[in-house]
Amino acid sequence: MRHALIAMRAIVLREALRFVHQRERFIAALVRPLVWLLVFAAGFRAALGLSISPPYQTYITYETYIVPGLCGMILLFNGMQSSLSLVYDREMGSMRLLLTAPLSRTWLLFSKLLGSTIISILQVYAFLLVAWLFDITLPPLGYLAVLPALALGGLMLGALGLALSSFIKQLENFAGVMNFVIFPMFFLSSALYPLWKMAESSEILHDICAANPFTHAVELIRFALYVEWNGMAFVWTALATAAFMALAVWGYDPARGMMTRKG
Amino acid sequence: MSLQVSDLSFSYGTKTALDGVSFSVGHGQFAALLGPNGAGKSTLFSLLTRLFVTQPGAISIAGHDLKAAPLAAMADLGVVFQQTTLDLDLTVRQNLSYFAALHGLSGRAADTRIDAALARLDMAERAGEKARGLNGGHRRRTEIARALLHDPKVLLLDEPTVGLDAPTRAALTRHIHDLCSDTGVTVLWATHLTDEVLDSDQVVLLHRGQVLADGRCGALRGSASLPEYFAKMTGAPA
Repeated sequence: MRHALIAMRAIVLREALRFVHQRERFIAALVRPLVWLLVFAAGFRAALGLSISPPYQTYITYETYIVPGLCGMILLFNGMQSSLSLVYDREMGSMRLLLTAPLSRTWLLFSKLLGSTIISILQVYAFLLVAWLFDITLPPLGYLAVLPALALGGLMLGALGLALSSFIKQLENFAGVMNFVIFPMFFLSSALYPLWKMAESSEILHDICAANPFTHAVELIRFALYVEWNGMAFVWTALATAAFMALAVWGYDPARGMMTRKG
Repeated sequence: MSLQVSDLSFSYGTKTALDGVSFSVGHGQFAALLGPNGAGKSTLFSLLTRLFVTQPGAISIAGHDLKAAPLAAMADLGVVFQQTTLDLDLTVRQNLSYFAALHGLSGRAADTRIDAALARLDMAERAGEKARGLNGGHRRRTEIARALLHDPKVLLLDEPTVGLDAPTRAALTRHIHDLCSDTGVTVLWATHLTDEVLDSDQVVLLHRGQVLADGRCGALRGSASLPEYFAKMTGAPA
């Protein structure tokens, strides 16, 4: 057990060190949601009327509405980016090295996931801090209550990235997956507009959004930011996390030879 | 036997990469896995390092069956991959500590071993340098030091001298031979370069996925030179 924890700490630390060495990545991760918040939302606020719906108790501005969605966006991009680094890693051989460690693969993959999730969470807090400086504030307790929601959402999206990385052999293919996974997941969710608003324009789109696990991760974050509990969002997010993790473990199972390459 | 491979076969779809490969390497023996490019050496290494396991055959590392007791087997295995697997942005020491932790070593115990491993490969004074700043030979030495940190009983090296200049190549080859006789570690060294093999070494000659010959280099080649013998057996120039 001690061995497993030492290894986990080292894997998390390595992710952190790598992140520190990639300052551009941090800036990009911060600038992206800020552009949405300060440019896109400002333009949209006039076009979109939002009525009061839980967890909000008063009328809110559009900027306030999209903050949880942008937190989700950071987790989403980071989850995919760390799996991008996994594909890169595997090509460079360090994934192979990791997998020669005398520990179960599930544990090694989970440790890797934990490392990337912790980094995602730090970025979300950096974003919330900047949002606060621009006067988009939340209940003080919300900043604390959101932590478990961010952790679960981060694990879910990281596990999805991990699962995808086991099926992708080359970096070029990965760009396609980014387009076919990130954009649909983000736009077909409650990140930018509430689901009832979506239902007004199309029932089918609404149903797709309601089934999208990203929607539930965002709603979990939204409610947690206002110190409220959303049971359904939690169950969906937790189930999706378990499913994606199982898929990742399956993808990296040596007996399946998914990692088989021409020798 | 420290390393035993029995009746191992593997294919990628319809293309057979290994076909009934069997050989064993004794304790403290240096064995050269010799074969032209495409002989199946890399596939064999992928199976030995458990990157994938499927299909018939068995592998035993230091007495542990790789399928039945994978973790015990991996704990006794040190690997140097063909491509570099160092984290270029981290220092030599950080790279080694990371790997030590993967094997459950931390704190002073890890530091002591890292110092010893680096000293053995004359890399002690480079511990604080970033891997990116090292030349090819030093990167390789760092990787070998890393592979030895957890005192493995079996050390696998997959064409470790690729891309190195002749003197560095010779020094590295000599070093691993010394290591074998000094520490009793069993070495499987994959290569297609015959000048890396001594007469006292075991040679496993792999060609088109099959073992063509297995024995002492000196006995196998007889009066011919090893390159001549290699060319005669495989039809490929050494």
